[in-house]
This record gives sequence, C-alpha cells and structure tokens, in this order.
Amino acid sequence: MGGWAIAVHGGAGVDPNLPPQRQEEAKQLLARCLNLGISSLHSNASAIDVVELVVRELETDPLFNSGRGSALTENGTVEMEASIMDGPKRRCGAVSGLTTVKNPISLARLVMDKSPHSYLAFSGAEDFARLQGVEVVENEYFITPENVGMLKLAKEANTILFDYRIPTNGYDTCGAGVESPMKMNGLPISVYAPETVGCVVVDKEGRCAAATSTGGLMNKMTGRIGDSPLIGAGTYACELCGVSCTGEGEAIIRGTLAREVAAVMEYKGLGLQEAVDFVIKNRLDEGFAGLIAVSNKGEVAYGFNCNGMFRGCATEDGFMEVGIWE
Amino acid sequence: MGWAIAVHGGAGDISRSLPHDRRQPREEALRHCLQIGVEALESNLPPLDVVELVVRELENIPHFNAGRGSVLTSEGTVEMEASIMDGNTMRCGAVSGLTTVVNAVSLARLVMEKTPHIYLAFDGAEQFAREQIHLHCRIFQGVEIVDSSHFITPENVERLKLAKEANRVQIDYNAQPIQNDTKKEKPCANGDSQIGTVGCVAVDSHGNLASATSTGGLVNKMSGRIGDTPVIGAGTYANELCAVSATGKGESIIRGTVARDVAALMEFKGLSLKEAADCVVHERTPKGTVGLIAVSAAGEVVMSFNTTGMFRGFATEDGYSEVAIWSDAQVE
Repeated sequence: MGGWAIAVHGGAGVDPNLPPQRQEEAKQLLARCLNLGISSLHSNASAIDVVELVVRELETDPLFNSGRGSALTENGTVEMEASIMDGPKRRCGAVSGLTTVKNPISLARLVMDKSPHSYLAFSGAEDFARLQGVEVVENEYFITPENVGMLKLAKEANTILFDYRIPTNGYDTCGAGVESPMKMNGLPISVYAPETVGCVVVDKEGRCAAATSTGGLMNKMTGRIGDSPLIGAGTYACELCGVSCTGEGEAIIRGTLAREVAAVMEYKGLGLQEAVDFVIKNRLDEGFAGLIAVSNKGEVAYGFNCNGMFRGCATEDGFMEVGIWE
Repeated sequence: MGWAIAVHGGAGDISRSLPHDRRQPREEALRHCLQIGVEALESNLPPLDVVELVVRELENIPHFNAGRGSVLTSEGTVEMEASIMDGNTMRCGAVSGLTTVVNAVSLARLVMEKTPHIYLAFDGAEQFAREQIHLHCRIFQGVEIVDSSHFITPENVERLKLAKEANRVQIDYNAQPIQNDTKKEKPCANGDSQIGTVGCVAVDSHGNLASATSTGGLVNKMSGRIGDTPVIGAGTYANELCAVSATGKGESIIRGTVARDVAALMEFKGLSLKEAADCVVHERTPKGTVGLIAVSAAGEVVMSFNTTGMFRGFATEDGYSEVAIWSDAQVE
C-alpha cells in the first residue's frame, strides 16, 4: 500500500426510516467533501491542511451538526467545539463553547499553531478568536429552523436527543422499529437529529491527521463539553494513524476511543481495520459510536456499532465510496 | 493484597535548595491528607469517596495549586478544573473554568452523578453548582460557593507578577536575567512553578479503583485555557486494572494521553504497573514534563516522574507510608 487516503464522516447512528431524499443530500455532501480533500491531496497539501479544509466545508454546510446547523443548547443557543491533531509530533489544538466563530476547526488549528496552549474554551476562546482575526458572526447564523423545531420537541419529550440512539423503550426518543409519536413536518423527528463531523487523512508522505467538529447534543446543558474537543476521545493522530469518532460523547470519553485505535495498533501490533474492529467491539459497553481512521500505510477504515454512519472514504489507487448503512 | 493510596501535590522543577519554610508545610500537608485517606480506607469507604475526600483536603490547603492557592490566569483571576473517575463503572466527571466553587472535585463528582453529561465548564458549570445548591441547601454534597477572592493567595499574586516579568525579559534580549532570590520561588519563564496539580488514587482490598485530580492550571495562562487535569485519559484515568493521576505540563500530558497509556500498556502489552508507569514517564514523554501516581487492582503503588521532583506520598495496608519530594530524598 502507501499513498494518500482520506475519510470523512457526518455522524453515527442513523434512522433506518431516513427519507431517501435526505440520504441523497447527505451522500452528496460527503462526496463533495471527499472530492475537495482529494483535489487538495493531488496538489500535495499536507494531511493537517486537508483535514482542516474538509471540516471547514462540513461546518459551513448546515446539513450536519457542526458550525452552521449545530444542535442547540437548552437555551436555544449554539455552543460549538472542535479539535485537530497532527500525527507527526502529536501537536494538537481544541476549542469549546464557541458562539460566534464561523469555523471552529480553524480556531482549533490556531490554538495549536499560535498559542502556547492546547485547548481554549468559552469566552477565553472567543477572545483569542478576535485577537487572531478569524471570521466571527452572530450566534443566530448557526441556528437553523430545523434545529429550533428539534429543540422544541426535545424539550416536550424532556430528553436529550442522542445521535440516533436506538432506544430500548421507544416512546421518548426515536429509533428503528418504533413508531415514533414525535413528528415534525410529517417526518419523524430523528430525521433532524443532527450529527458530528470529522475527517482523517494520510498524505503522500505518510503523515496522518484528524479533525472533529460539532455543536454537541441537542438540548444539552449550557457549558457541556462532549468528546469532540477531547484529544484521545473524539480525535487522535500519531505517527501510525489518524482517528475521528462520533456518537454518544460520554461513551467515547469513557472509552478514550480515538486513542484506543492507535494504542492497539502500537501495543498489540494490530493492523488498522483489526484495530478499528477491536475498539468498536470491545470499548463501547452500551454506548453507540462510530469512527473513521487512516494509517500511515495509506489504508482507510471505519466501524460503528449502531445503525449506520454517514461516511465516505477514498484512497490514492482510485477507490472511493460514500455510504450510510452497513 | 490490601488497600493502597497515593497522593501528589504537583511535579515540576522543584529546586533541591527549596527553603525549609517552603518545604515543611507541604510535606506536613501531604502527610495530613494521606492520613485522611488511610483512615477512610480503613473504615471501608469506597475508593471513589476516598479520592474525593483527599482531593478536597488538598484543594483547601493553600500551599498547592488547586482550590485555595490556585495559580492565577493572566488576568489575575482563578479558573479551576478537576476530574474524577471510578474504575469499576468507568463513570467519570470533569469541570473547568470554575471561579467560585470551593471544591472543584466535588462538583466534578456531581456532574458525574447528577447529570447525563461528563464534563461541564465555565458559566455552565458555575450555573449548575448554583442550581444544585439552590435546590438543596447552602452546601450540597460538598459543593459550596464563595467569592473568588477566597482562592487567591499573596504568593500567587507574586508568582503571576514574576511570570509576567519573566515573559517580558524573555522577549527583551538586552535585559539582565532576573536575580535568583532564594527566599522566593522562582517561576520559570514559561510560567512553570514549583507547585503543580493535586491528585489522589486509591484501591481497596477488593481491587476497586478510583482517581481524582484538581488544579488551578498554569501560572499566567490565557483565560479559557484548559489543561490535562479535566481531560479523561490525560490527567485522570481509572479502570479495572489501575487508577492514575498525572501532573506536569498539561500540553504534554494531553498529547501523550498519559493516564490512559499507563493502563493501556498494562492491558495490551502485559506490563506491570511499575513498568507501564516508567515507560510512559521515561520513554514516552519529554523529560521535565510529567509525573504521575498510580495504584493497581493488586494493591501496588507507583510514583514516577521525569521532572526534578514531585510532591507526593503513599501508604499501603501493610503499614508502610512515605512522603517525598525528590527521587532519593526520603522523609519520614
């Protein structure tokens, strides 16, 4: 093997009743982002630049749960978080609690490159953003009507909507095989339950990088931080691989999921796909999650233990795939 | 196999010429906190309760960089953070950006037990603390709120001043270096100082494990800066094999996923607790950046550091106990 490889995701845990049109929209967005990454790789961009570029695109599009289109807090506002990691020296940057920064992943990159720290949050992060001159907008920019509707329904059901968690008793959340009482515009609410986004890349030089971005859980408590900005949980990259996770944040944190993939490769000598399978199988107790990963050998892999994950992957030898289901 | 407990008060460039009046109160404090933990374990309190109890005590002591005595941000304020983890269930809680909560570790525990989340920060965390207190009483499950001036000590005001001066000196090539004043602690130009984070790990005789870590962070840090302490897998970790609490340069500990790596080496490479800790500290992180304490389900204890020193202590059920700072200076 060898050569570059790239994977993107738009979240794990998908309603099997997702209308075909929504599926199509999602796949098109994933394909577009993949192609953006691919052409960048063709012009010899480094992995760290590509993951940032692709996640910016995903943040800008309102379809998935990051940047514009982020899930809303209990207060109806948006608090975004993201992290990025550069494999070769394991440099990293993370941000949480952003309310006006148009592209959280780029601020995370600036934390990594331009600050003495690894992680900045809330008003400190917003201040840093202004110092750096990144693009800022009103909080309303990130809020979509769909998510406003979702929040309302979530409050009525008095639940936090996980990313398409399939419930054991279905009346308060939506999921497979359950006739959901909660509908909006005639479609089941889970259609609108938004996701996290991420991208992992290995470039021609064998350098790996990973980036993840999200608005977090619908109806989350203000100040709640999930797995996406936590290095080792939602994002990880080292010499061997790059990993980005999505799903139930709390389960991903407990399982230090992204680090785990690299750890079993390094400490148990597993290959990339084996490592991904091992982690998904053994590290998630009752939690639902998925992840994408690339190795320094130019391989790409993904895995998830829930019903579907929006993803796309491509490798230098011409392989390309976009998918949602198994 | 019996219970075991270890505590730390921070790893860093602790000069061996640390004056007696800087050294003795901390050794005394470590002994005191260790004793509290020992008594708790002897009365069969679960390790999760023990580590919280001990870290609360460390937070209340102004000699360490946590709770009262926290180092100051570049704005002269405190922003405290902590995390706690239960090895059996792997449940965890974390908080960051606290300015008025007396015991960050107790709020972290409350997040773990009373919310569907793991990690709350800044205004949201402070709001949560107020809500809990409002709902219940003035102090709820150890969570109490005070004016933020409570946490600020004159030493830390001075430390911040020196750190800011050192930064200016670093930039100005022509400046004279700051004179070493052995009466004062000299913070390094990057804001490092002799006081670090605090933490506690414990295991009972049934092999139940828990870990907790708490800190004010880095001297002169940017407001909003989060370090390794509240990041599960970096500063704190516990599972069925071991419990780990790390201290040192936050950025290195995050990138090295230090606490998780100790457990991962034990699990995936079959290393012993000591081998795993030594590997992480001496082979996998840069010198001068990290220290950790860890206990295993079998009742072993390890305290490993690649800095000049680490304020620490441990005790085991067989009656052995020790408080120390450097690697060969042992204190009764």
